[in-house]
Amino acid sequence: MSLTQHHGGWVITLSFLLALALSIVPLPGLMEMLRPEWVTLVLIYWCMALPNRVSVGIGWLLGLVLDVLRDTLIGQYALALALVAFLTLHLHQRIRVFPLWQQALSIFVLTMLQNLIVLWIKGLTGHSPDFWSILPSAFTTMLVWPLIYLLLRQVRRAYHVV
Amino acid sequence: MRLLLLAALSITLMTLDQRTDYVRNIRSGIAVLVYPIQYLVSLPADFFDWTADAFASRETLQVNNDELQRENQALRSQLQKLTFIEAENRHLRELLQSSKRVGEKVLIAELLAVDLDPFSKVVVINKGDRDDLLYRGQPIVDARGVMGKLIHVNPYSSTAMLITDPNHAMPVQVLRNGLRAVAVGHGQDGLLEIPNLPNNADIKVGDLLVTSGLGCVFPAGYPAARVTEVTTNPALPFARIRAEPIAWLDRSREVLLVWPAVSDLPQMANPCKFEVEEVP
Repeated sequence: MSLTQHHGGWVITLSFLLALALSIVPLPGLMEMLRPEWVTLVLIYWCMALPNRVSVGIGWLLGLVLDVLRDTLIGQYALALALVAFLTLHLHQRIRVFPLWQQALSIFVLTMLQNLIVLWIKGLTGHSPDFWSILPSAFTTMLVWPLIYLLLRQVRRAYHVV
Repeated sequence: MRLLLLAALSITLMTLDQRTDYVRNIRSGIAVLVYPIQYLVSLPADFFDWTADAFASRETLQVNNDELQRENQALRSQLQKLTFIEAENRHLRELLQSSKRVGEKVLIAELLAVDLDPFSKVVVINKGDRDDLLYRGQPIVDARGVMGKLIHVNPYSSTAMLITDPNHAMPVQVLRNGLRAVAVGHGQDGLLEIPNLPNNADIKVGDLLVTSGLGCVFPAGYPAARVTEVTTNPALPFARIRAEPIAWLDRSREVLLVWPAVSDLPQMANPCKFEVEEVP
C-alpha cells in the first residue's frame, strides 16, 4: 500500500478506451498510413505523469487488447508497448523537464521503436511491409503529442488524478 | 526484470499463435471484451447509412425500385435458362460419372466499419460462432465475386483476410481456357499479382479469373479478378501479370459467408471433404 491515496482510476481507463477506439476509426485510403498511434501516446503520457500507477504490465495488457482489436499476431503489440512503457518509466524524470518539442522528438523515437518491433515481427512471420510505410504514423504521432499532452494534463488536473 | 518476463511471455504467445491453435481461446475472450469498442466505432457509419435510407426522397426510392425490378426481371429470365442448364449439366455429369455439383449454403453478414492493422487487409464481420457454425478458412464473397476468407472466428464477430492482403494467395483459373494460376495479394487496394506464369502463357488483358477450387478453400467457379496488365519481358523468366479483384472490397457493406458443398467422386472420397468437416 502506498501512502498517497489513488484517485481517478476511471479517468485513466477511459482515456485508454478512447485511445483504443480512435485507433480503429475508419480512415479513407492512404490516410490510414497517417494515423497517429493513439494508444502509445496515452500510454506514454500516463507513464510519464504517474509512474507509480502505470506499469510495464499495464502497457503489456493494453498491447494484448490492441493485438486482438487489430487482429494481429497475439503478443506483437504487447511486446512493443511493454518496451515503450519500460523505456518511458526509466526516462520519465528526464522527459518530464524537456520542452514540448523535445518531448515530441522522444515520442518520435519511441513510436519508431514500436513500429520497428511490429515490422520486425511481421517480417519474421510473413510478408514484411515496406520500411518507409512505418514512418508517416511515427511522424503524425510526434505532431499530435503536444495536443495530447496539454489535453491530458488538463484532464488530470481537473479530476485530481494522482 | 518484469520486462524480460513479459517479453518472454509475448514471444511464447506469438509462437503459439503462429504455429498452433492453443491461444484461440485467449483471442476469443479478449475479442468479446473489445467487440463493444468495435461496435461503437462502427455506429456512426451505420447511422449515416440508416439516415440515408430513412430520409431518401420518394423519387429516389421510386427510381431505385424501378431499377431493381428491371434487374429482377432480367435475372429471372436468366434463371429460367439456368435451371435447365443445371439439370442438363447434372445429367451430363452423371453420364460422365464425375462428381455432382450440389448447392452451397450461404449466410449474409455485415462488415463493421472499422480499420484494423494498417499493414494488412483485414475486415471484421458481425457474425461469430454464436450465430452459426463458422469455421476458420471459410470463404466470403459479395454480390460480385470472392472477397476473402475468415482467419479468426470469435463468439460475436469474426475477422476475414481480403484477397488483396500480401499474405493471401488464391488458386484461380482463366475462364476462357482453364489455365491455372495463383492470385497473390499485393497489400494495395485493388491489385492482385499472378506470379510464375511463363512469358508465352495464354493470358490477355481483360481475361476473367475464376476460383479453381484447388486447395479446397474456395469453391470452384466464383469470379475472382480481371486481368489488367500483362507485361512480357524476354529478359525475365516470368511474365508480369496484374489483376483487379471483381468484388467491391472497399465498398461492400454486406457479405455472404459460403459453406462449400463437397460430394464424393465416384471412384474415391472427395479430398476436400476431410478438410471441411474436420474443423468444428
